[in-house]
Amino acid sequence: MAASAESLAIAQSDEQRARRDGRKDRLFRRTVAGAGVFVLVMLAGVALTTLWGGREAFATFGFKFLVSSEWDTIGKQFGALAPVYGTLVTAAIAMIIAVPVSFGIALYLTEIAPTWLRTPVASAIELLAGIPSIIYGMWGLFVFVPIMGKYVIPWLNDHIGEWPLIGPLFKGPPLGLGMLTAGIVLAIMVIPFISSVMREVFLTVPTRLKESAYALGSTTWEVAWDIVLPYTRTAVIGGIFLGLGRALGETMAVTFVLGNVHRLSLSLLEPGNSIAATIANEFAEADSEIFRSSLIALAFLLFVVTFIVLAIAKLMLRQMERKEGK
Amino acid sequence: MINPIDPVVTTTLITPPPGADAKAATTAAPKMSARGLDFYYDKFHALKNVSLDIAERKVTALIGPSGCGKSTLLRIFNRIYSIYPKLEAKGQVLLDGDNILDPKYPLNRLRSKVGMVFQKPVPFPMSIYDNVAYAIRHYEKLSKADMDARVEEALRQGALWDEVKSKLNGSALGLSGGQQQRLCIARAVALKPEVILLDEPTSALDPIATGKIEQLVEELKERYTIAIVTHNMQQASRVSDYTAFMYLGELIEFGDTTTIFENPTKKMTEDYITGRYG
Amino acid sequence: MSDVARQAVADRLYFRRRIVNGVGLVFATLSTGFGLFWLAWILWTTFYTGISALNGKLFTMMTPPPGDEGGLLNAFAGSAMICLLAILIGAPIGIAAGTYLAEYAKKSRLGEAIRFFNDILLSAPSIVLGMFVYTVVVKQVGHYSAFSGSLALALIVLPVVVRTTDEMLKLVPGAMREAGLSLGVPQWKVTVQILYRAALPGIVTGVLLALARISGETAPLLFTAFDNQFWSTNVAQPMASVPVVIYKFAMSADAGWKSLAWAGALIVTLFVLALSLISRAILLRNKVSND
Repeated sequence: MAASAESLAIAQSDEQRARRDGRKDRLFRRTVAGAGVFVLVMLAGVALTTLWGGREAFATFGFKFLVSSEWDTIGKQFGALAPVYGTLVTAAIAMIIAVPVSFGIALYLTEIAPTWLRTPVASAIELLAGIPSIIYGMWGLFVFVPIMGKYVIPWLNDHIGEWPLIGPLFKGPPLGLGMLTAGIVLAIMVIPFISSVMREVFLTVPTRLKESAYALGSTTWEVAWDIVLPYTRTAVIGGIFLGLGRALGETMAVTFVLGNVHRLSLSLLEPGNSIAATIANEFAEADSEIFRSSLIALAFLLFVVTFIVLAIAKLMLRQMERKEGK
Repeated sequence: MINPIDPVVTTTLITPPPGADAKAATTAAPKMSARGLDFYYDKFHALKNVSLDIAERKVTALIGPSGCGKSTLLRIFNRIYSIYPKLEAKGQVLLDGDNILDPKYPLNRLRSKVGMVFQKPVPFPMSIYDNVAYAIRHYEKLSKADMDARVEEALRQGALWDEVKSKLNGSALGLSGGQQQRLCIARAVALKPEVILLDEPTSALDPIATGKIEQLVEELKERYTIAIVTHNMQQASRVSDYTAFMYLGELIEFGDTTTIFENPTKKMTEDYITGRYG
Repeated sequence: MSDVARQAVADRLYFRRRIVNGVGLVFATLSTGFGLFWLAWILWTTFYTGISALNGKLFTMMTPPPGDEGGLLNAFAGSAMICLLAILIGAPIGIAAGTYLAEYAKKSRLGEAIRFFNDILLSAPSIVLGMFVYTVVVKQVGHYSAFSGSLALALIVLPVVVRTTDEMLKLVPGAMREAGLSLGVPQWKVTVQILYRAALPGIVTGVLLALARISGETAPLLFTAFDNQFWSTNVAQPMASVPVVIYKFAMSADAGWKSLAWAGALIVTLFVLALSLISRAILLRNKVSND
C-alpha cells in the first residue's frame, strides 16, 4: 500500500503525540520522584539544622553538656543530664506498664473476646491514640495529679517506701507531679500504639499452627505464650520500640505533669524534667543565644535517640513483613 | 463452531530442536507476525525462539498448560510487558510489516491499533459512558454529538448497548462481571483498533456470560484480527480459526483449528488436547 | 510407675496448667478493661468539664485578658487557617511522593529508603520538627508567623499522606494500570485520572487522619505560630491556635482562662474523634464495596 499524504500525516501526528506523551510522562515521573526525595531531604534537614543550631552549646560545653546536670539560666551554664535522665526514666516507667498491658489487650482481642466484641473494642482502644496529647496533659494535671498526691503517693511512701533497694524510688513529697505520674500518663498514651501493632501481628499467625497446638491439648495461655509470641517475636519487639519512640518524644502530656524542675533525684515521686518538656517550657523565654542553642542541642539529642529507637522498630517490623512475604 | 478451512493456508509446523532456528508458523495473510521471538523475565527464559503469524480478520487461539508462555506472547503484541522493569523481548514482531519492538515505533500508535482485554474485567472507576469515551478523548477531539455516536457504536459492537443505554452515566462498577468484560471490549474497540488481544477473557465469568463473550468474538472477527489466550480447549475449538499450542515457552504446533483438534501432528499436542496433562 | 500414679501426676499438672491459663486470661481481660478505663475516664473528664464551660461567647468573642470574659474565636479561626495551610502544603507533596513509591519505586532501593525514613518521620517527636522550622524559618525571618506554624504541621502531614497514598495505590489492581496503558494512554494520565480515582477514598482518609493529628498538635506551634491575643488573618504574623491557647490558659491560675481551656479541649477532642470516625467509615465502606 502506498503511503498517501493522509496516512503520512497520521503517522506524523502519532509521532508528535508519542513525543509529547513521553515528555509529560518524564516530567510527571521527575516531579513525583522529587517529592519522594524531598522526604529524605526533610529528615536530613531536621538532623542537620538542629545539630547546627546546637553547635554553640556543643562547642561551649563540649562533653560536659551530656554529663552535667547544671541548668543555670542566669549564669549561662547548661547541662543535659537532668532532662535526659527524666526522658529515659519516664519512658522506662511507661514501657514497664504499657508492654504487659498491651500484650494482654492484644491477646484478649485475638484469642479471648467474643468475635462480635473484637472490632468495637479494638477501635475504642485505637481512639485513645487519636486524642491530642494536650488533653492527656490537662487531664493528668487536673484529675490525675491530685489523686496521685492525695492517695497514691502517701500510700507508696508508707508501704513500698520502706523497702530496701527499691524503697528510695518511692519515697517523696505528695506533690502528685513527678516522674512516676508522667510515666503512667505516657503509658496510657502508648498502650494503643503497642497493642495495635501486637494485635495485627498476632493475627498473622497461621491458624493451622494454633490449631495444632490446641489439638495437643494446649490452653489458650500456652498457645499465646509458646506459639504466638515466639512466632511474632521480632514484630512484637518492633511494636514495643515504636511505642518507646513515641514515649521518648512526647511533649505536651509530660510537660503538664512532670513539674519542670532541673534536678536529678533518685525518687520517682520528685518533680523532674524531660528533653521535650524543657524545650516546650523554656524556649519562648530563652533570652540568650547560648540558652537557645542549648535547647536546640537538646532537640538534636532527642532526635538522634528517637531516630535510633524508631529505626530499630522499623527493621524489626520489616523482618516480620518479609516473613509474611509481603 | 469451527470455520471452514481456508484452502490457501498452509499448515506447517514445528518443534524446533533446541538451538535450531524455527521455521515460521505462517499463514497466507498475516496481520501480525512474530519472528524469532525470545522473552526474558530477568534471567528466566520465558519464550524461546517463537515464530508465529496472526491471520487478518481471523481468530487465533493460543493454548497450552499454565506457564507455557501463551499470555507472555500475547502481552508482547502490544508491548504491555514494557511497563515492568527487567522484562526483555528479543526478535521481531511485525504489524503490517513494521517491527513494533523497535523502540522508535510510537507506543501510542501501537496501542491504538492493538487493543487488549484482560482476564479480570477492570472497568475504570467512572461512568459507563466515560469508560468508553476516556481513551477516545486522548486521541481525538470530538464534538459531543460525535462522541455520543462513537460511544454508542462501541457499546453496540460490545453487545452491551441495549443493556446500558438507559444508564450511561451510572457507575461502571455497578455492572455484572460479564457486562463489565463486554464494557472492556467496547472500550478497546472504541479506539477502532485493527487487532484485539483477549487474555483469558472469560476465566472470571460464569457460563452464560462466557457464552455471550464467545458469540461476541464471533461477530468481532468480521472487522478485527483477534488473538485469544484461553485455558479452555472447548472455547478454543469453538471460537478460533487457528490454534497455536505452546509448551514451556516453545511453540509446539500451529495450524488451523480443525486440524489441531482432530488431527494433530505432534504427540504432545494430542496428549494436551485429549486432557492427558496440563 | 503405675497407671494410677501417672494419672495423678497428669491431673496435678493439668490443674496447674489450668490455673496458669486462668490467671493469664483474667490478666488479658483486665488489661483490656484497664485500657478502656482510661479512655472512658479521660473522655468523661473532657466532656463533663468542657460542657459546663461551653457558652455562646466561645465562638463570638476573642481570647480575653486574665480576669475578663471572652471566647476562643480568634484561636478557632487561627487553628483553621494554620491547619488548612499545612494540609495544602503537605498533602500534595505527600500524594506525589506516595505516587512515586507505589508507581515507580515499588521495589527499588531508593523507594525502600524513602519508605523507611518516611516511617521514621511519621513517629518523630513533633517538638523537634517545630525546632527545625524555627531554626530554618523563624530565626531567619526574625519573628514568629502562622506560616511557619503551617510548615511545621505540614511536616507532620507529609509522612501520613505519603504512607496512605502508597498503600492505597498499591491496592489498586495492576490490571487497572494495564487496561489504561493498553489503550495507549500515557502513564501520568492513567495515574492521575484512573488510579487516583480508584484510590480516592483511601487518599482522602489519609488526609483526614493527618488533619486529625495536626489539629490537636501543640508543641511545634509554641515557637513557630506562637500566639496572638487578637484576631489576625495575616499568616506572616503570629496567630492564635486552639492548642496553644489551651496550653497557656490551662497552665494559668485564672479560673476564667482555665474554663476556656476546657471548652477548647472539648471542641478539639470532638473534632478529632469525629474525623477519625469519618475516616474509618470511609475506609470500611470502601472495603465492603471492593469485595
